[in-house]
Amino acid sequence: MIHLTIDGKNLAVPAANTVLEAARSAGIAIPTLCHDERLAPYGGCRLCLVEIDGMAKPVTSCTTPVREGMVVRTVSERLYRLRRTIVELLLSDHPNDCMTCIGNGDCTLQELAYSYGLRENRFHGARREHHRVDANPFITREQNKCVLCGLCVRVCEEVQGVSAIGFADRGFETKIVPPFGEDLNCEFCGQCVAVCPTGALSARLWAGKPRTGGITSTRTVCTFCGCGCNLTLKCKANEVFRVDSEPTTHNRGWLCVKGRFGYDFINSPERLRTPLIRRSKGGPLEAVDWPEALQHIAARVTRFKAEHGPDAFAGLSSARCTNEENYLFQKLLRAAIGTNNVDHCARY
Amino acid sequence: MNEEIVVNVCMGTGGIAAGGEQVMAAFRREFAEAGISGARVGENCRLHKVGCRGFCARDVLVDVAVGGQASTYQYIQAEMVPRLVREHVLGGRPVAEWLVGEDYHTFHDNQCKRILGDLGRIDPEDIDEYLAADGYQAAEKALTTLSPAEVIEIIKESGLRGRGGGGFPTGVKWQFCAAAGDGQRYIICNADEGDPGAFMDRSIIEGNPHAVLEGMIIGAYAIGATLGYVYIRAEYPLAVERLRCALRQAEERGYLGENLFGGQFALRIKVKLGAGAFVCGEETALIASIEGERGMPRAKPPFPAQQGLWGKPTVINNVETLANVPPIIRHGAAWYAAVGSGKSKGTKVIALTGKIRNTGLIEIPMGMPLKDIIYKIGGGIEGDRLFKAVQTGGPSGGCIPQQHIDLAVDYENLAAVGSMMGSGGMVVLDESDCMVNIAKFFLQFTQAESCGKCVPCRIGTKRLLEILTRITEGQGREGDIELLQSLAEDVRDSSLCGLGMSAPNPVLSTLRYFRHEYEAHIKQRKCPAKVCNHLLTFFIRPDSCVGCTMCARACSVKAISGESKQPHHIDQKLCIRCGSCFDVCKFNAVLKE
Amino acid sequence: MTNSVAEIADNKALLVIGSNTTENHPIIALRMKEAVARGARLIVADPRRIPLTGFASLWLRHKPGTDAVLLNAMMHVILDEGLADRDFIARRTEGFEAFAPSLASFTPEFAEEITAVPAALIREAARVYATAGNAGIYYAMGITQHVMGTYNVQAVANLALLTGNVGRRAAGVNPLRGQNNVQGACDMGCLPNVLPGYQRVDDGKARRRFEKAWGRPLPNKPGLTATEMTAAMLDGRLKGLYIFGENPALSDPNSNHSRKAFANLDFLVVQDIFMTETAQLADVVLPGASFAEKEGTFTSSERRVQRVRQAIEPPGQARSDLWIIDQLWRRLSEDEGYGDPPQAERIFTEVAALWPGIAGMSYRRLEEDGLQWPCPAEDHPGTDYLFKEDFNRPGGRALFSAVPFVSSGELPDRDYPLLLTTGRELFHYHTGTMTRRSAGLNAAAPEAFVELSELDADILGISDGEMVAVSSRRGAIRLKARVGAMVPRGVVFIPFHYREAAANLLTNDAMDPTCKIMEAKVCAVRITKG
Repeated sequence: MIHLTIDGKNLAVPAANTVLEAARSAGIAIPTLCHDERLAPYGGCRLCLVEIDGMAKPVTSCTTPVREGMVVRTVSERLYRLRRTIVELLLSDHPNDCMTCIGNGDCTLQELAYSYGLRENRFHGARREHHRVDANPFITREQNKCVLCGLCVRVCEEVQGVSAIGFADRGFETKIVPPFGEDLNCEFCGQCVAVCPTGALSARLWAGKPRTGGITSTRTVCTFCGCGCNLTLKCKANEVFRVDSEPTTHNRGWLCVKGRFGYDFINSPERLRTPLIRRSKGGPLEAVDWPEALQHIAARVTRFKAEHGPDAFAGLSSARCTNEENYLFQKLLRAAIGTNNVDHCARY
Repeated sequence: MNEEIVVNVCMGTGGIAAGGEQVMAAFRREFAEAGISGARVGENCRLHKVGCRGFCARDVLVDVAVGGQASTYQYIQAEMVPRLVREHVLGGRPVAEWLVGEDYHTFHDNQCKRILGDLGRIDPEDIDEYLAADGYQAAEKALTTLSPAEVIEIIKESGLRGRGGGGFPTGVKWQFCAAAGDGQRYIICNADEGDPGAFMDRSIIEGNPHAVLEGMIIGAYAIGATLGYVYIRAEYPLAVERLRCALRQAEERGYLGENLFGGQFALRIKVKLGAGAFVCGEETALIASIEGERGMPRAKPPFPAQQGLWGKPTVINNVETLANVPPIIRHGAAWYAAVGSGKSKGTKVIALTGKIRNTGLIEIPMGMPLKDIIYKIGGGIEGDRLFKAVQTGGPSGGCIPQQHIDLAVDYENLAAVGSMMGSGGMVVLDESDCMVNIAKFFLQFTQAESCGKCVPCRIGTKRLLEILTRITEGQGREGDIELLQSLAEDVRDSSLCGLGMSAPNPVLSTLRYFRHEYEAHIKQRKCPAKVCNHLLTFFIRPDSCVGCTMCARACSVKAISGESKQPHHIDQKLCIRCGSCFDVCKFNAVLKE
Repeated sequence: MTNSVAEIADNKALLVIGSNTTENHPIIALRMKEAVARGARLIVADPRRIPLTGFASLWLRHKPGTDAVLLNAMMHVILDEGLADRDFIARRTEGFEAFAPSLASFTPEFAEEITAVPAALIREAARVYATAGNAGIYYAMGITQHVMGTYNVQAVANLALLTGNVGRRAAGVNPLRGQNNVQGACDMGCLPNVLPGYQRVDDGKARRRFEKAWGRPLPNKPGLTATEMTAAMLDGRLKGLYIFGENPALSDPNSNHSRKAFANLDFLVVQDIFMTETAQLADVVLPGASFAEKEGTFTSSERRVQRVRQAIEPPGQARSDLWIIDQLWRRLSEDEGYGDPPQAERIFTEVAALWPGIAGMSYRRLEEDGLQWPCPAEDHPGTDYLFKEDFNRPGGRALFSAVPFVSSGELPDRDYPLLLTTGRELFHYHTGTMTRRSAGLNAAAPEAFVELSELDADILGISDGEMVAVSSRRGAIRLKARVGAMVPRGVVFIPFHYREAAANLLTNDAMDPTCKIMEAKVCAVRITKG
């Protein structure tokens, strides 16, 4: 363990910690825009600057390893001024259209602007232009809202191993693009969308959907494969309109294209909405109410059992459905009908 | 008659650009025709290409030595060669009117040439000439008689500091690296010289590449690296070519490879070409570039000496630093430290340019007064205008005004007056230079070269540039000076790498010494140096105008009227102050106020 | 999986065989990439140039259906070069003496002939795997959906046992579960031979426990497997079938055959959320709920039981599946059921009482990040990797079983000269019931295709993007050709998501004699233009 002092607090932290990690573990908040604990430290946004005794200039706490006896200050007049200038500079090259921005209410830049009380901006000048080229079905890019935190580039490289995007150009015109500035053509895992701190990256599926207010969040599990990723379903008015995943769970918040963007089948108009019965072989399926459908099944099963014995009936359960449903299904077959003819699709 | 004939032709990039190859060919032709080679003087005639001796403004420079009697010619072109051969080589009478003048000697005699000394003497493509000049003796001495720790100790004692800009003690850097990790280490030669107007590293590699390689061998031995890289920009084709040639020769002779000097030590050196991004001179960005990533800096600590290339301890030394290493090992730390001042030992190579008579590459002892550089070596200000300032350290440096003309040039003193040594650029400015415009010029460069990674550098320098631009365009506002000052400080204090931290220096130093010029632009809407066109009025002095119509034809908005052979007139309402009329007038009839 | 997904990152070597992990288990694949980034060596054995080959140190491009030969040859090398973990074999296994000679004939040179993988590569793979320290094997349907699927799995297990790579952190045998709750469906006893918690129906003691808990007698004879059901439907033994949340009319190999079987039934009930190909054949269709509309638990590949929570109501008259099954339970058992609406938690508590493996779990404990079974007690933290001390056999030792060379049920011949293998692609899931109704996913992957090598395409005169007919002895489909480097010469690949060009019309329903899995991964086809 390493002993250090942050804002007068004496701490003992693991040697592998950065100053930022040490501070956060002690409940000391330091603002960041480009940091994600799941990715390698970057040091680009400069918001997490701290002062360390013996160092001439402020250093970024996200990249600085702790050292024995370090004395760190996370709050000072100078640091406040530097951080405020950084946010002000970012806002000077930002559309500031929060009213209509898809990222409203879910935007780190917006929160920073608010917390530093930046109503006015000392800097006026050129802003980057963005010409939209997205025709892909999943991800919308508004690059004039991009703060170049590099999270998307890094997650794509470090986590997804795809490197579909990278930095291009220099200076003020630096931007993040796929090769040759074309549309995205990648796995569309949406990890980049999940880590984007502003409205620069969003999902097409969210466009025009609720942003704040009256939204429920339900934590559940993805249904698309055996990875068992955690999902948070954002819903309003009986509609799932967005899927997120918490970074603190075993899948660390990472999802694939199906888990993140494949949920719209839930709201499909093709969903079955009523029980259907085919009254005679070759006849049509007709809508009926539940009592009739259930009674019909119960009567038929009872008759089979009487005429042919319980083993003339079988059940195929579902690897998509819950444990409880599967349990009750096999119990129904075994205990109520009396057959072990129960299986599911494990083999397909 | 069996006199030795030696002809040296400057074949650095400057010499070649001035026609060095043609001069060389002309000598060869003339010699052949005159039957000099072989027939008359046999082995004793050498036609010899040499590197840049620093005075490129006088190229093509040619030394002709007959029988030990050497003369140096300047501005030589191919068509002048027959006469040189005829009169001097064959006739033994130097061509007096083509010889260099007194200023050539004052330019050289006031320098202290430890690094550049061999540049104008040896053929950079011939390892034997380097060997004849005691080449690779230092490496042999280090590898066969000294332990790595002893080498480090000598370098530490010598006081050698990084010549790339940082000025960090080289021996200490080596020591850190040698102590870090327990496996692979790397040594990198940073030849990504990017400052506008700087060409010391290029000249050294073009003129004496083996010295750099020898420095790398000694450094690699000291830190325990078995692989070295020279990171050099692709825009230096001649330097790259000579470097590769030197590598090939050194490998052939066994100075690189396995079992160097009969011992266990092995070293390979690779050349890695950079694409010309200024930021790749920053060592962490350079590392990223070698690794195949976009050249973007990483935060320090950890320093490259702890975690560098591929995460392994890495020493990155500048070309000039490495070139200093062999003489230190050969002559000892005390010899080296005998020159210099305070904490700055040895010499510094400087690219001297600007409004000065003698421009070129010079090597001065640390601690030489600024005044001596400008007036002795540099020969004073061009056109006898008034000295205003000297900008040192390239785009990251600052401007030093008249009041500090006696400053002894070393790391500490330059920093104390708000500038820096940097890689050694020195631009002399006179009264015709606008300091706001100078600051804008350097900001334009750094803004365009910012890698975009950190916010203060990417957006902050842009906003600084925009404020400077509006000041020079007459749109300056009350409060702009304070805003510049405040933003420049914030960019300096919060940027990720040296580029961003030092980018505001031109602004801060000009604000410090030339605040009145800013005020004149903003408050009086005047550019005192008459540089910022938007703040000037152009008019034609009737008594000087001969009516040649050049100005009227150059004017893109047809603001100039007048009959041929009659004085012309500028309509101020139409004039957009582009300055074209001023530039084209051959009679100094266009004035700006 | 014997191990947890998070442990993958700590593997020093990984053998991925029969699993296109990046497309089928993308998030598990992230950990594999992380392991590679940390310096692990990845061996990919796959006939296709799957994306993971781009991260691999070694790519063994074996012919489909030759997995066991490849694995046996690796073991041959390991024994030959003295790389086996003799200590582990002595302490934790039995049957080695009988097993070892079975490898003698599987020289790398022999394997090269069968698998087309160069012998030197097999040797290197064997060394990498055996000497890594912590090595994990990852496989999926590419190993199991063969007539010798059981042998393949045994070969995988043998390899791990031989090198002591099981029963430790970041070293194990890891089948990757294709569907979100295959693990749970098995755990819950939706298998014809076992009750919940893998308690055999023919084990009287176990059965009596359930009879007591459920208050009624239970049948003691194992029932029919899904594949056997098809035959029973065709020969009339089986008259009624209740299919819950499955679409076998599209997913069964030789699905024409299954459709005939369904048509032969007197009574078919299908419970689903969409009018699937199977539901269209039903006598009664019951509208169930999607995962977002229900409470319960899923069990992931790594045995992690996690809470599924209801976010919205099902549409129209659709009901939670638990409600539907509970209603039928009440009607057929004349029991009282699990509340109205039925309480998933009550059922979970009932299971926990019957299966010691999850006795320590409760909804309260699952609240945060779930728990991995076995979790036998309230204060047990769950189990990240299995077999730390004992294997689940009498005596606690793992058994080596000799794996002979068995060839696939149907191999290319003069009439059907190409080998078809099937699988999934990233943008779709199984029969596409859900994903093909997702606008984005369907836009990204709108249509079926058959991958074939450039050489085969040249021979057949087929260009990229051209419509072709692919036929086997069982059926024919039309779809686009995708010509490229994904498959080697002689092999073609078709994803099975597309009802309009259903790959399973072509596949073979030859069965593994032990586990009754069908051979979806290998059959013979021919391709013609048009």
